Amino acid sequence: MGLTSYLVVSAMLFGIGAFGFMARRNAILMLISIELMLNSVNLSLVAFNAYLPNPANAGAIFALLVMAVAAAEATVGLALVIAIIRTRQTPEVDEYADLKE
Amino acid sequence: MIGAGLLVVTLRNIIHSAVAMMVCFGSLAGMYALLGAPIVAAAQVLIYLGAISVLILFAIMLTQAGDANLPAPFHPQVWVAAVAALAIVGLTGWAAITTDWGAAATTVAIVVNDVATALFTDYALPFEILSLLLLVAIIGAIYLARRPEEDERAN
Repeated sequence: MGLTSYLVVSAMLFGIGAFGFMARRNAILMLISIELMLNSVNLSLVAFNAYLPNPANAGAIFALLVMAVAAAEATVGLALVIAIIRTRQTPEVDEYADLKE
Repeated sequence: MIGAGLLVVTLRNIIHSAVAMMVCFGSLAGMYALLGAPIVAAAQVLIYLGAISVLILFAIMLTQAGDANLPAPFHPQVWVAAVAALAIVGLTGWAAITTDWGAAATTVAIVVNDVATALFTDYALPFEILSLLLLVAIIGAIYLARRPEEDERAN
């Protein structure tokens, strides 16, 4: 119990996020899945911080920094998605296949 | 929380997915509070529940044309994705279970003063880089989300 259970929950959340990123077709939902994965990493960081001895609280500080980076990433990602939806009129990533030219 | 996470990736209507995501983030904040990290829990509520969820809901409502006929939510590669995700969960979970974590028996509560002191002394450089990153992200988002008509009007 304790640290291991938190790490298992974090692994499950990361797997759910990875599954959503690979399996869904909606671009916004892929961004949401990325947020889920970042949150699972945050959970494991905070769990390590709580259970393993470290005087400087590095895990909690890293979690806060990851949150700020995630906010920046969500901002830019959503702006990109909105811009591409405005030109393509669809949020489905399969329709963007001709971008590879 | 795991149930809410599963709902996020399986629900057909994307607005329902976003609400399930908010439930998931809220329960994560509760887990942070249980782990003795109230500052991280507060930041989770402020940033994720307050900012990112609202941002994502706005993006969905800006882009959703109407819920008349929702397309199939899953990619054709859904089974490959499921197998890969299960492999990730299995490997990381197995690693977490089989590792001996030493004297990891009791939780240590975080003192907010220590976090603040460490953040502005030992971690001052990452903090400043992060502020620069946020500024760049704001400018980039404004540039990307600008309508093209305004571009032509400016010229």
